[in-house]
Amino acid sequence: MTTAATALDTRSFDLVALAFAATLALHTPHLPWWLSAPLVLAIGLRWRLRRQHHVRTPMWMKLPLLALLVLAVIAHYGNVFGQAPGTALAAGLLALKLLETETVRDARVGVGFACFLLMAALLFDQSLVATVAVALGLLPPLAALRSLEPGRRAPVALWRDLVPGATLLATALPLAVLAFLLVPRLSSPLWGAANNTEQRSGLADSMTPAGFTQLLIDDSPALRVSFDGPPPPPDRRYFRAYVMSRYDGISWTYRDVVNQPPAPVEAVAGLRYRISLEPTRQHVLPTLDMPLTAPPGASLRRDRVLMADKPVDKLRDYTMTSATAYRLEPQLGRHHARWLQLPAGFNPRTLALGQSWRERYGNDDDAIVRAALALFHDGGFSYTLSPAPLGRDAMDDFLFVTHEGFCEHYASAFTVLMRAAGIPARVVTGYQGGYWNAMGRYLLVRNSDAHAWSEVWLAGRGWVRVDPTAAVHPQRISLGAAAAAPGQLPWYEDGWLQSLRNHWDIVNRWWNIGVNGFNALRQRSLLKPFGVDETDTSTLASLLAASCVLAMLAGLAWVWRRREPEDAVRAALRLLERKLARRGVARRPGEGPRDYLSRAADALPAQRDRLTELMHRYLELRYAQAKPTPELLRALQRAVRDFSVGRVVK
Amino acid sequence: MRAALHRLARYAERRLPALTRLRQPEPLPIELNRRRIYILPTAFGLGFGVLLLVMLTGALNYTNNAALLLTCLLGAAAAASMLLAFRTLDGLRLRGIRAGHAIAGEPLELVLDFAASRLREAVRLDCAGETLAFAVDGAAELTLRLPTTRRGWLALPRLRLWSTWPLGLFRAWSWLHPQQSVLVWPRPEPAGPPPLLPADAQERLRPQPGEELAALRDYRRGDAPRHIAWKASARHHDLLVKDFDRPEPRATWLLDWHALRSLDREARIARLARWLGEAEAQGRRYSLQLPSERIDTGSGPAHYARCMGALAVLP
Repeated sequence: MTTAATALDTRSFDLVALAFAATLALHTPHLPWWLSAPLVLAIGLRWRLRRQHHVRTPMWMKLPLLALLVLAVIAHYGNVFGQAPGTALAAGLLALKLLETETVRDARVGVGFACFLLMAALLFDQSLVATVAVALGLLPPLAALRSLEPGRRAPVALWRDLVPGATLLATALPLAVLAFLLVPRLSSPLWGAANNTEQRSGLADSMTPAGFTQLLIDDSPALRVSFDGPPPPPDRRYFRAYVMSRYDGISWTYRDVVNQPPAPVEAVAGLRYRISLEPTRQHVLPTLDMPLTAPPGASLRRDRVLMADKPVDKLRDYTMTSATAYRLEPQLGRHHARWLQLPAGFNPRTLALGQSWRERYGNDDDAIVRAALALFHDGGFSYTLSPAPLGRDAMDDFLFVTHEGFCEHYASAFTVLMRAAGIPARVVTGYQGGYWNAMGRYLLVRNSDAHAWSEVWLAGRGWVRVDPTAAVHPQRISLGAAAAAPGQLPWYEDGWLQSLRNHWDIVNRWWNIGVNGFNALRQRSLLKPFGVDETDTSTLASLLAASCVLAMLAGLAWVWRRREPEDAVRAALRLLERKLARRGVARRPGEGPRDYLSRAADALPAQRDRLTELMHRYLELRYAQAKPTPELLRALQRAVRDFSVGRVVK
Repeated sequence: MRAALHRLARYAERRLPALTRLRQPEPLPIELNRRRIYILPTAFGLGFGVLLLVMLTGALNYTNNAALLLTCLLGAAAAASMLLAFRTLDGLRLRGIRAGHAIAGEPLELVLDFAASRLREAVRLDCAGETLAFAVDGAAELTLRLPTTRRGWLALPRLRLWSTWPLGLFRAWSWLHPQQSVLVWPRPEPAGPPPLLPADAQERLRPQPGEELAALRDYRRGDAPRHIAWKASARHHDLLVKDFDRPEPRATWLLDWHALRSLDREARIARLARWLGEAEAQGRRYSLQLPSERIDTGSGPAHYARCMGALAVLP
């Protein structure tokens, strides 16, 4: 076609450049800056050169640039395949495409590619904000496609070119939602699922004192919990993630024990709740206190740590039953020694302190625990998120020199002290606290609610939770992390803004549950309200086809409707004609209203008067005035409506 | 490849008229409706469909609901754009066609008068190998240049009206075949002898009263009363008469078909056409004698057009 080779006009080129720039902008959060900055620069430069100097990109530049791009991607990522390198390469190709975009055909190809790349941005972030941003990012490509059509009229402001695309998307939304609900989901991926090595903040399976600080100022949501009944009080909101047994003098680490049954627990009542966990790229699933059951796709480990079979790459929902009052592992048996392990040659003063307690209190483990807590409470310790750095014997430094730290320091020091005194002890990490969103009726736990505490094994009571941080700083437990360290948090976590953010979280949760959490399982129960328990794939497919057909029919009805203003006077006459035609007096082609109605009056002598009157009314409305008055019109309409020919008596 | 496709299309048109739905000539006005508007995806539309499928598969594979939702949104928007393409043509009316005059071999100017109840953007018309783009905002006039080859009645060709509005994904088209012919005048010969004046030519050189007012003069007996300048006479003691200039009497040409026996038919027509053109250019009065009709003396564009038309339709 001749149109495909025609050169782009200025406005089309602007819109194409805008579409490309918007696409790149949506990818910048996960592109390395040294790639995105030159790409954005290239687009800007090319736009300027073409706009102002009408310069075409010379041929010799294109191939070296392409080679440079591929080399850069390989140098950074190692290869060009996979989600992150593939996206980086595609983003680069898109920017280079603009360099050679001169014709309508080039522009179309580029815009299609931009649409594809826009969707790819959602592989990295599926939040509501990201989705809305991508949806808005669709507007420039749509406007660009629209501007490629010929015969454009008066120039308008750039933003007004975006409006028709928005209207089109809004019109398409109902069908899109139907399709979204009904497109059959795959039961298993066709090819390897996203392999994302990007480090997410979250709990790690090892803990070095002072390692949490990054986490404690990250207030992105970690999990949301809704309870069947009322939520537990703040000081009971402990979400267990890892149970750390091994200490090497520097870090605590979690040792996964796969092949052993979970430790026995004696519990009376269970609390049912549902957690939706933000992606962590880890296996661990935090649970409230002591989990009694494992949800599908996950299993309880020896220490009653809940591990998913696959890393949590996307939002994960699981329903749990937990005990808040329990006796965990009343008999320790042969595992006893494991919980007393301490590295040799570290923290001599701490070990000595623990041993001295054992000597002083004899067999009274409770008294030793109390002594440790009393030490934290009365020993001049303070809670701070920016503690002084610690040396090689970290616990010695902390306990006897710096006296300041946060939950990791206290949990770690407490556990070392307990082990030194011969009490089996371990560090537990997880989350504590959370914000009760009364409007949404769920508990929002942020990454900044990450917490570490200890468990000690006491004869006859099993593992008992001890939170040494509470001894120093009870507000941390009752009010949460934000209240615990006032003045140390960034401005955006303060006061009213915080409450605004909490409300905004409701929207995000709705999005997570309603859209991101709409999986194959929920799709199968889609028709439950209509009495269909299980909706299988073929039903979904036929529903999808049916709704597409229905939507298209609705669309056709809309486009086929001709919006020519109906002449009310003529419509009234037409109704009269239909009534008369039923009695055998049909209007002949070319017969005027006067002739027709006179003939009808002759044919139906019983109705002569009324027909004559109707004829006069019609003629008056039609020919006597330029614009009929509404009263006369209504009178005619009423007269026609009331007119009935009645049965023909032969 | 293109030629083969063209041949295939021709064959299909001939053998499967019901399928190809080629329109028979029909009288104006022609209004496009759903029974004659066809829609197919464009090449870009097909590519875009493949792209959507890839995005759909990717979103499903990664169970990425946000991407799936937006893929559905884009797909639904594409489907809606099909309806918009249809709406661009639906209800569009070709109200009339005005044809200009052209001699054989030169393009004939045609003005198509379109009307629509609402704005139609990016409508295109294919005619004789060229594509015109236009918008109909209530009404629009489109000027076409139709190539001609020979004199006589020329039936209007089939016109394809199409649009890929708004996104270029779907092409809606309809065939227009107005039942209207346009007259193509014969081509005058480039050069040749002047017309032979008939024997009674001198007799026809009677002085003719001119048109231009030359002067006012005193009344003489025998002057026609309608030449008296009444207004001027009122301010004068005598009657004044308008005196018109008397142009050089010019020969009236009688252009006679039968006088050109030595030439063949088309050459005769070409010569008569040239004489008509010369007569018109010189402002002469002329008449035309054809085998079956005679066009009386006259001059001016209408007369010229009548004479040329009569020449054009000679068998």
